[in-house]
Amino acid sequence: MPFFELYNYWIFILLMMIGLYTIIASPNLVKKIIGLSVFQTAIFLFFISLSKVAEGTVPVTVPPAEVYSNPLPHALVLTAIVVSVSTMAVALAILMNIKQAYGTVEEDEVDQAEAH
Amino acid sequence: MIRNHLPALIVIVPLLVALVMPVLGRGDKPWLLATLASWASFAMTIVLQVQVSGLLRNPAATPAIISYPIGNWQVPWGIEFRVDALNAFILLVVAMISAVVTFYARLSVAHAIPPERVRFFYSAWLLFISGLLGVTMSGDVFNVYVLIEISALASYTLVAMGRYQNRKALQGSINYLVLGTIGAGFFLIGVGYLYSVTGTLNMADLSTRLEPLHDNRAVITAFAFLLVGLSVKMALFPLHGWLPDAHGYAPPIVSALLSGVAIKVGAYIMFRLAFTVLGVEFTFAKLPTGPVIWLFATLAILVGSYTAIQQTSLKRLLAYSSVAQIGYIALGFSLANENGLTGALVHIFNHALMKSGLFLVAGIIAYRLGESEIGALAGLGRKMPFTMAALTAGGLGLIGVPLTSGFVSKWYLVSGAIDRGLFPLAFVVLVGSMLAVIYVWKVVEIVYFRPASDSAAKVTEAPWSLVFPAWILVGASLYFGIDASLSSGLAQEAARFLLSQS
Repeated sequence: MPFFELYNYWIFILLMMIGLYTIIASPNLVKKIIGLSVFQTAIFLFFISLSKVAEGTVPVTVPPAEVYSNPLPHALVLTAIVVSVSTMAVALAILMNIKQAYGTVEEDEVDQAEAH
Repeated sequence: MIRNHLPALIVIVPLLVALVMPVLGRGDKPWLLATLASWASFAMTIVLQVQVSGLLRNPAATPAIISYPIGNWQVPWGIEFRVDALNAFILLVVAMISAVVTFYARLSVAHAIPPERVRFFYSAWLLFISGLLGVTMSGDVFNVYVLIEISALASYTLVAMGRYQNRKALQGSINYLVLGTIGAGFFLIGVGYLYSVTGTLNMADLSTRLEPLHDNRAVITAFAFLLVGLSVKMALFPLHGWLPDAHGYAPPIVSALLSGVAIKVGAYIMFRLAFTVLGVEFTFAKLPTGPVIWLFATLAILVGSYTAIQQTSLKRLLAYSSVAQIGYIALGFSLANENGLTGALVHIFNHALMKSGLFLVAGIIAYRLGESEIGALAGLGRKMPFTMAALTAGGLGLIGVPLTSGFVSKWYLVSGAIDRGLFPLAFVVLVGSMLAVIYVWKVVEIVYFRPASDSAAKVTEAPWSLVFPAWILVGASLYFGIDASLSSGLAQEAARFLLSQS
């Protein structure tokens, strides 16, 4: 059945939605950042799924294999992971500053502190 | 020999200098080096523009295309920098504004950032600039994603540095980060879909391979993801939520570059994908992109201007005005005819001059008064005549008064709308100008016709090193309002190039 054969794409969509939902629903900024990370990881899964060739093996083989997975998306994902890690680092650094400035990382409490 | 490597050098010079910054000490050295690097990039951009543009060499010549395979890896396998009439023009805007703003930065940054942080500020600043320059030239969609993220990550830190003035900058920064990352993520998903059907990432290669695939559902899905992702990056209504806080609380020079240039680069990628990669046929004839963008552009112009009227802080007023101005650019994009595109592109140029100039003026005010509330400007028309004259001249440009450059871009936009028979859209442009009259007048009235408060009575004109760069930008916007042959000529050349692509 095609529905189950393409299960990794369904997981991609599920993960993406979990990530976006966390970003929207959670008032805690750290959890928002975790949601963001899940969202980005979903995209990695999407790219990796694209690279899969039926019956294919790893692309680096000696002697060369007849059928192998597409190595390019792997390289792209590697770059995207670096971007994602850097985003995470910047986000956490900003959160540390927020904690210093407001004493909390809850978005509603930060808003409240500003309202006064 | 060095002329052949200009596209790479334009990006690499600021990138490498950014890495040197942290080892420099305190004082003016980081600023000096940053200024040199940004002017070097600007000078190389001018050379590149002359090489590409037919207009500057010989009016009859067609614009050239410069292709630069990075590391000499052959296209389409390697990454390519590709400079044509469209991005040479955008590149010129980016490099010009960054050069002038960096020149201005010294006192403003010393005022806004603690001395031990200044070198890190310039490091992030140059990364931001080199990212923007790279996005503009890249001919590889994945490389565009990486460079967008380089400039975006640098800009998140730069916005967060506004915390030394106002801690709300942190909130603006984290919201910008979350939304910016989602936008870039959507862009990446779109790239993935395009790759899944074509197996290539090179833009020129993509456009040939996509031609028979215009009915493919994956391509349509890809376009939807790319459009939404880029709309977040360019802050098109209703995805502009991050912009007012980020642009309103960042250090003034960061706001100048964010509002003047960064959102335009997002708009440029949209032009690039819609016209050269996917083609006019697909974007505007097969899909209802035009009407959708008309709706959002109209709302952006009306809601952005209306919200700007209600602001009490000068920087937030300018930020909301940027939301409206992006609406004009999106409107010209969606008209997809020569006048409309020329209007959008020349507005990218003109608005960059005006809005960066105005944010530099806001920076001067913050430098002198320590705040940017509009009420605090009362009576400053006499105390700071040159600064306030720049504020007024830039404001007139935002309205689009004749003899300012804002008039030139709105003229083209209205003609473009009329060419298409879309009179309501021409009317929207006029209503937007009326609303701009209200928010600009609100500021001008306080500046010139209210008595100065006691604290403002002692204020004197700011140092020339701040006023002069602001006047370069505002003066240029006035000049290009009177003699628009260069700016609109280059924009027209780019618009014709875009329409000839499909």
